[in-house]
Amino acid sequence: MSTRARVVSFVAIVVVLVVSAGVYVLREGTEVRAERAADPAAPQAPVAAIEDGPRIVFRHTGLDNEYGVVAMVPLDDPGGPRAFTGVSCDRVAARSTGASCLVTDTGIATTYEADELGPDWEPVDTSGLPGIPSRTRLSPDGSLVATTVFVSGHSYMSTGFSTATEVHEFGGGKRWGNLEKFQLVIDGEAVNPVDRNIWGVTFVDDRTFYATVGTGGTTWLVEGDLAARTLTSVSEHAECPSLSPDGSKVAFKVDVDPSRRIVWQIAVLDLATGERTLLAKGPRGLDDQVEWLDDDTLLYGMPRADDAGVTDVWSVDTTADAEPQLLIEQAWSPTVVRD
Amino acid sequence: MYITVRDRPGSDQEPSASGTTARPPVGRVVILLGLVSLLTDVSSESVSAILPLYLTVVVGLSPVAYGLIDGLYQGVSALVRLGGGWLSDASDRPKWVAFLGYGLSAIARVFLLFATGAAGIAAVVTADRIGKGIRTAPRDAMISTATPSEHLGRAFGVHRMLDTIGAALGPLIAFGLLLLVPDGYSVVLVVSLAFALAGVALLGLLGPDVRSRRDRSPQAGPTPPPFRWRDLTDRRLRPLLVISGVLGLLTVGDGFIYLALLDHGGVNVSWFPLFYVGTNLAYLLLAVPIGQLADRIGRARILVVGHLALVGAYLCSVLPTSTAAATAGTLLLLGTFYAATDGVIAAIAGRLVPVQARTSGIAAAQTVVAVARMLASAGFGLLWFLLGPAAAMGTVAALLVVAVLVAATRISRLDGAEVTP
Repeated sequence: MSTRARVVSFVAIVVVLVVSAGVYVLREGTEVRAERAADPAAPQAPVAAIEDGPRIVFRHTGLDNEYGVVAMVPLDDPGGPRAFTGVSCDRVAARSTGASCLVTDTGIATTYEADELGPDWEPVDTSGLPGIPSRTRLSPDGSLVATTVFVSGHSYMSTGFSTATEVHEFGGGKRWGNLEKFQLVIDGEAVNPVDRNIWGVTFVDDRTFYATVGTGGTTWLVEGDLAARTLTSVSEHAECPSLSPDGSKVAFKVDVDPSRRIVWQIAVLDLATGERTLLAKGPRGLDDQVEWLDDDTLLYGMPRADDAGVTDVWSVDTTADAEPQLLIEQAWSPTVVRD
Repeated sequence: MYITVRDRPGSDQEPSASGTTARPPVGRVVILLGLVSLLTDVSSESVSAILPLYLTVVVGLSPVAYGLIDGLYQGVSALVRLGGGWLSDASDRPKWVAFLGYGLSAIARVFLLFATGAAGIAAVVTADRIGKGIRTAPRDAMISTATPSEHLGRAFGVHRMLDTIGAALGPLIAFGLLLLVPDGYSVVLVVSLAFALAGVALLGLLGPDVRSRRDRSPQAGPTPPPFRWRDLTDRRLRPLLVISGVLGLLTVGDGFIYLALLDHGGVNVSWFPLFYVGTNLAYLLLAVPIGQLADRIGRARILVVGHLALVGAYLCSVLPTSTAAATAGTLLLLGTFYAATDGVIAAIAGRLVPVQARTSGIAAAQTVVAVARMLASAGFGLLWFLLGPAAAMGTVAALLVVAVLVAATRISRLDGAEVTP
């Protein structure tokens, strides 16, 4: 090929690339904007009709003009009309006293923040987050907030991820800082592994909590003590714990195929007897911190395989052969408010 | 930035006669390869910027799952780099080996559009990284061959500046597209693919077929023999490998420096995801001037002394009075460190081995640095937990000062070594 032919070919290729990528961007943009302008397909109710009774609060994930907005349904009618709060969250945890809401602020410089909201969904306090929101939980009385984010090690030479998990008082106040700094005790021995990651806090009360510690290629269910600043191992192979309302059981994810790839299923640990039940017929491949609907039933979110960005909330009993039931369509990050 | 483009790289052989004020021209090869890198970096950095969000929001996976798999492949890159160097030297076809690397990364982008699940995505990212491992050394060897020795620092500076402009633009383009199309991750992937293909096309169609062995001028002696591994044991190269290995062992990842800044809470944590933007900005602004300085006062000198900027970054990141100024200072020093080392080491290495081993020589130096830094990060993690950020950074800073002082005794030997034309 002559130099001229090469230049012409290159220009032709660039034109084709620019035109096809441009057309794709415009088409997708038009389609998504039309989608996001539509009203939700799900029936709606006013917030006032639901907010006084027991309810499930969640992130709505229908691809419509309420996408990402926090909604609620009555606990006794989860498939019924939903009420929208007008507040957008990636992850939400709620009590009757207020809510913790983790948000991605998309922009040319994308940032992340943790908002604490009062009972009227108005912000009480805001703090920055160092990475992508992953989990948030409130203590039973709503006085403490736990957040977990993914810190993407975006550096010039390397990639890799770690988690940052911290606990603080609701509405600003005392901060316990990154739980990585707590003394880790595994099998009765104080250890200082380099590769520790901590995620998925669930509170027992204002001092005690459970969480996951990942280190050395395995995961540990640990009991945390805010006053003593310790994390003490309780059980191995357990991630993202969630304590039952009566405090007797912990549900978590386990990787059932650790040798090949990660396939998570749910297991439940009875804290008094140490007996562990794997929900063999439960969801496979979930990646969520489960929530308790009541003392025998779990809630969790699952992405739809054929519908990018849309998720549903499912429920499953805590028995070994229980099968999942679709509970709330187009929902994510469920949190149960009992009073 | 004023850059003169000359058509024939061969004509750069005569030293500039136009006096001290004239800037030396930068060869067409350098600009072209710089543009190829720019396009490719826009492609890869736009994806890296959104990948964690894409994984959590669309694929519904925690990046932890992805990170675990990702870690397994870290060592592959070093081996691939040496393999790419060997292939390039043995065939004397650096352009087409580099093309293979760029092509592999572009193909990986196609698969990323369809990949689901952590394993699939990790495999695609690994293919991308293998592509990067293959292409880096042949591309640097082309720059080295196409540039007269006395202007190499500047040539690599220009290349790295263009490369880093791409790395800085990538995330901006990605987040700009997400503003245009809400949650339009597939749009970012498609645009990224278009940039990658444009880069491959630019190299394939317009990239000059620079061949270190064939293109040697007849005056330089008979045609060099084919590449042998023994060429890598060149006495001139050895001190460079030792020095960069030792200094690399005290180079902890930027991630730790960013975390140290975050740790004492003086900066708003919201800015954390943007720290690397500041580092890139400093790097791209300083790559050319520091490269020029290296040509003037000695490249090994700049390489070694440049590690003092890293010492500064370590110390600045744990200053007790943390302010926005300390953060900006840390990022500036980190960018300075990259400008003084990343391109400079390739500029040195390519001239310390026989011409038939140029790519392998560059690959060897880059591999030593990469492996040493990997070990450094692992070891530093331990120190971080045992001593806390401030004491850990202080310790490494002190050790690095000692290492720089020791390495400094070797500078004159390296800078004075006879260079391969």
